[in-house]
Amino acid sequence: MISALDRKLIRDLWHIRGQALAICAVIGAGVSMFTMAMTAMVSLIDSKDSYYDRYRFADVFAHVKRAPRSMESRIQAIPGIAQVELRIVVDVTLSVESLARPVTGRLISIPEDRQPNLNSVYLRQGRWIEPNRTGEVLVAESFALAHELRVGDRITAVINGRFQRLKIVGIALSPEYVIEIAPGSLLPDTEQFGVFWMGQSQLEAAYDMKQSFNHVSAKLLRGANEPEVLRKLDDLLERFGSRGAYGRLNHVSDQFVSDEIRQLQATAIVAPSIFLFVASFLLNIVVSRIVGLQREQIAALKAFGYTNWQIVLHYFKLVLLITIVGTLIGAVSGIWLGKSLTIMYARFYKFPIFHFRVETWILLLVTALSVGAALLGTWVTLRRAAKLPPAEAMRPEPPAQYRSTLVERIGIARFLPHVVRMILRKLERSLFKTLMNCSGIALAVASLILGSFSLDAVNFMMDFMFRLSQRQDATLTFVEPAHVSVVHDVRHLPGVLQCEPFRSVPVRLRNGHRHRRCGIMGLAEENELYRIFADNELEVKPPPDGLLLSDKLAQLLNVGVGTEVEVEVLEGKQRRLHLPVAAIIREFSGTNAYMNLEALNRWMGEGPLASGVFVKSDEAKRPEFYAKVKETPRIAGITDKTAMLQSFERTIAENLLVMRGFNILFAAVIAFGVVYNATRISLSEQSRDLATLRVIGFTRYEVSAILLGELAIITAVALPVGCLIGYVFAAVATLGLDTELYRIPLVISPQTYANAIATVIVATIVSGLIVRRKIDELDLVSVLKTKD
Amino acid sequence: MTETTLPISHPNSPNLDPVFRIRGLSKVYEMGAVKVHALRGVDLDIFESQFVVLLGASGSGKSTLLNILGGLDVPTSGEVHYCGQLLTSFSDAALTRYRRENVGFVFQFYNLIPSLTASENVSLVTEIVDDPLAPDEALRLVNLYERRHHYPAQLSGGEQQRVAIARAIAKRPKVLLCDEPTGALDVKTGIVVLQAIEQVNQELGTSTIVITHNAVIAEIADWVISLSDGQVSGVRMNSHKRHATEVSW
Repeated sequence: MISALDRKLIRDLWHIRGQALAICAVIGAGVSMFTMAMTAMVSLIDSKDSYYDRYRFADVFAHVKRAPRSMESRIQAIPGIAQVELRIVVDVTLSVESLARPVTGRLISIPEDRQPNLNSVYLRQGRWIEPNRTGEVLVAESFALAHELRVGDRITAVINGRFQRLKIVGIALSPEYVIEIAPGSLLPDTEQFGVFWMGQSQLEAAYDMKQSFNHVSAKLLRGANEPEVLRKLDDLLERFGSRGAYGRLNHVSDQFVSDEIRQLQATAIVAPSIFLFVASFLLNIVVSRIVGLQREQIAALKAFGYTNWQIVLHYFKLVLLITIVGTLIGAVSGIWLGKSLTIMYARFYKFPIFHFRVETWILLLVTALSVGAALLGTWVTLRRAAKLPPAEAMRPEPPAQYRSTLVERIGIARFLPHVVRMILRKLERSLFKTLMNCSGIALAVASLILGSFSLDAVNFMMDFMFRLSQRQDATLTFVEPAHVSVVHDVRHLPGVLQCEPFRSVPVRLRNGHRHRRCGIMGLAEENELYRIFADNELEVKPPPDGLLLSDKLAQLLNVGVGTEVEVEVLEGKQRRLHLPVAAIIREFSGTNAYMNLEALNRWMGEGPLASGVFVKSDEAKRPEFYAKVKETPRIAGITDKTAMLQSFERTIAENLLVMRGFNILFAAVIAFGVVYNATRISLSEQSRDLATLRVIGFTRYEVSAILLGELAIITAVALPVGCLIGYVFAAVATLGLDTELYRIPLVISPQTYANAIATVIVATIVSGLIVRRKIDELDLVSVLKTKD
Repeated sequence: MTETTLPISHPNSPNLDPVFRIRGLSKVYEMGAVKVHALRGVDLDIFESQFVVLLGASGSGKSTLLNILGGLDVPTSGEVHYCGQLLTSFSDAALTRYRRENVGFVFQFYNLIPSLTASENVSLVTEIVDDPLAPDEALRLVNLYERRHHYPAQLSGGEQQRVAIARAIAKRPKVLLCDEPTGALDVKTGIVVLQAIEQVNQELGTSTIVITHNAVIAEIADWVISLSDGQVSGVRMNSHKRHATEVSW
C-alpha cells in the first residue's frame, strides 16, 4: 500500500515530468559516458594483461647490428632480468599479388620446434612451421586480412638482396604487435606493413648470422629496477651497434594501447563530471521551485506531526527517483556503447580473445556518483524545506524585491523597452540561477568543442605533416647506405619526377645528465620534398653546420638555440662530437633531429652516402614504378604516402567521426536539459505576470518574447563563454596527449566553434519552442483570482 | 430608489447604442460529469459613461459575466455586442486586440509586474496602444505621481491597486472592468481606491463595471445589477448616488 505522501510524490513527479525527463537525460548521458569508458577500459586492460601474461610479452627490448649468441649468459646475468630471448628481426620488401606497390614485411625468427621463451605467438589458423622446410612462415592476422591471404598462399620477399617465395602455413597474433606500425610510421597501416615469423635457422642462413642475433627481448623479475637494467643492457650491447635498449614505455604497440587506456580514463573522469555537475544544479533548481510552491503544504504536513526528517526524505525521494531512472537509462546505454566500443577495439587491436565484461563495481560506483551528485546539489534546499517553521510556511513567500539593474544604474539602459528591463531585472535578481544556467549552456558548448576539436587537430597535423612538410609520394630505404649518386638511378625509374637523398643515423644526444636516443636525418641542402618548419610555420633550411631539433626533443634535453649538445653515433665507428643547436623546429610526431646531408656525411667520414631517397612520381606511371622497385633488391622498404593517408582516413578518422557523433548528441542533451528547465521554471515563476499581460492586451507573441528573451540573453552570454571554456578544455586535453610519440596541436577550426554554437542554438530553440506552447495554455481567468 | 425592468434604457439619451448589448447569455462549465450553470440567460444593456456595480454572492456568476465582457472567456450560448460588434464571434486574436484597445482591467490582487516600477507598469500598457495618457498623467489621476519610481514591493496594497487603476486607464479604455478591486484592502484604503475609480469614471467618462459582493459599494454606482444563481435578479438605479468618501463598511 503506497502511503498518501508517496502518492503525492508520484503526482508531483508527473506534474514536472518534462523537467524530470530532461534531467534524467542529462544524468543518463553522464552515466552512459562513464559506463562506456569504464567497461571498455576494463575490457581493454583485462584483455591486454591476460594476453601479455599468457603469451609472455617481454619488458625490455634492444636492437643491435649483430651480436654473438654467446652473449646470452651475460645478458641473463644482469640483475633484474628473469629471462632472455634472442632473435633476428629484419625488415624486407614484399611483393603481394593483390597490390601493385611493394610493401614492408618484418621477419622475426622463431624456433622451428617450439614457442619462443618470450613474445609467444598465438596461432589463429594453420600450423606451426616445420623444421627444414624452406620458406614456411606464419603471418600476422591483420596483414593477412588486409590482403586476403589464406593458409597455403605464397608471397615473394626480397631477403638479403635475393628473391624468395614464402609459404604461409599459419595465421598468428603476438603481444608484441597488438597494433602493427611500420618503422618510421606514425599510424598503423595493415596494408603497407606486415609481421611474419620464420624459422630461426633459415633467417640465420639468409643473413649470414649463424649463432648470432640482432634483437634482444627480456622479461624482468618482479620489482626489478628497469632504468638500471636498460643502462646495463646498453653498456653490454654498445659495441654490437646497439640502438639503445627501451622498455614497454617506448614500445610502439604497447604505447598505442596504453594511450588508448589513458584516454578512456580521461573520458571516464571529464565527461561525467560535466554532466553530473549540470544535473545536480538542475535538480537544485527544480527542487527549490517545488519547495517554494509547496510552502503551505510543508507547513500543513508539519502541523500534522511529520518530522523534519520525513519532509527531507519526501523531497529527497523525488530527487532519488529522477536520479535512479537517469542512472538506469545511462547504465543500459553505457553498457551497449561500451560493448560497441570494445567491438571496435577488437577490430583495431589484435588480441586472441577480446572479452567484454560488465563489472558490478562499475555500476555501483556510477550509481553512487550520480546519487551523490544529486544529493550534493539539493541538500541545502532540502534542509531549508525541513527547517521552515510551520507558521512562517503558512504565509505566502514575501513579495519579490526588485531594484534597478547594474546596466540601468550606470545609465546605459535608459532607452531600453520595459520588457527588456523586466528581463534584465529578473536575471540580475536571481543572479545565481542566471549564472548557473549560463554555465550549463556554456558547458554544453565547451563539451562539443572538446569532443570535436581532435578531428581539427588531427587534420591540421596531417596537413602539416603530409602536405606542407613531407611532400614526397614515396620514401625508398636501402638495405645498406648507398653512394648519393644513387639518386640518378632512382630518377630514371619510371614516372619519377623529383628525388632527394637523405641519410639517417641513430645517435644519442646528451646535454649534461639529460640524454635521448633519436635519429639524425641528413637532408639535402635544396630540399623540397621533405621540408622542415619553425614554430611560426616559416621553412627552415638545414644549415651548413649545427643541428635542428624538434621542439619536443629540445624540451626533453632542455636545450635552446646555441646550446652545444654532445652527439654520440650509435652505429659504425661510434663517433662523438659536439654540435650547436641551430634552430628549434616544429614537429608533431617523434623526437627527431636534422642536419645538412653534406655536413652529416663529412662528419661521419664514410663518404657521401644516402640511406634512402624521397621520391615524387607521376601517378599515372605508379604501377610501373612499383614494379621496378619490387625488382630492386637493394631497396629494403618503401613507404607510400597516399596509401598511408587512405588507411588513416579509413581507421582513425572513422572512429573519430563516430565519437564526434556521440559527443554532439550528449552535448545537445545538456543544452536541451538546461534550457528546457530554465524556461520551464521561468514560466512557472512568471505565469501570473505573463497571464496579466495577456489580459491587458499583450499578444501571445509579445508574451513569448518576454519568456524567450530571457533565454536568448542567457544563451547569448553563454555561447562565447562556452567557446572560451572549450578552448581551455581542448588545451588541457592536448597537454594530456603530449607524448614522445606524438603531440596533438591545439587547433580548433572556426567550423568547430560554429558547429558547437549552432548545435546549442538549435537545442535552445527547440526546447524554447516546446515551453512556448505552454504560454498558449495559460489560464487567463484563474491566475487573476489566486495569489501564488 | 426605483426598481426598473429589463432592458435598461439609457437614462439620458435613449436613442444611443449601448456599449454592451447582452442577450440570452449562458455559460455552462463542464467539470467532469457535473455541469455548472454559471450564467443562465442574462439580458442586459450597459451604456456609455455609466458606473455599474454587479452585485452578487460568490458563485452568482458575476465574475463569469465580467470575464466574458472582458474577452477572457466565451459564453456557451447567447450574444454580446460591443459598440455594435458581435463580441462573441471574435477570434482569439481579435479578442486580444479588443482587450488591448478597449478594455482596462483592475484585479483583486493588483497583478502588477514586480520587476517594474509604478511608472514602468503603466508604461508597459501605454507602449502598446495608440494615443494613451502619459504614464505620469495617469499616475497623477490616482495621486501616485510622487511614488512613480517605486517598485510594487515598496508600495502598500492600496497604492498598488491605484497603480493598477492608472495602468488600466492610461490606454484611455472605453470600458473599465474591476474585479473586486477592494477585496484585498482594508476599508480606508478601499475607499481611496474607490475614489480613484469614481474619479476616472467622472473625469474621463469611461464606462465602468465593478463587481463586488459588498452591497455598500453599490451605493456609489449609477446602476446596480444584482446577480444570483446565474441570473439577473434585479436592476436598480441609484437615485441618490453617494460619493466614495461617504460610504463605509
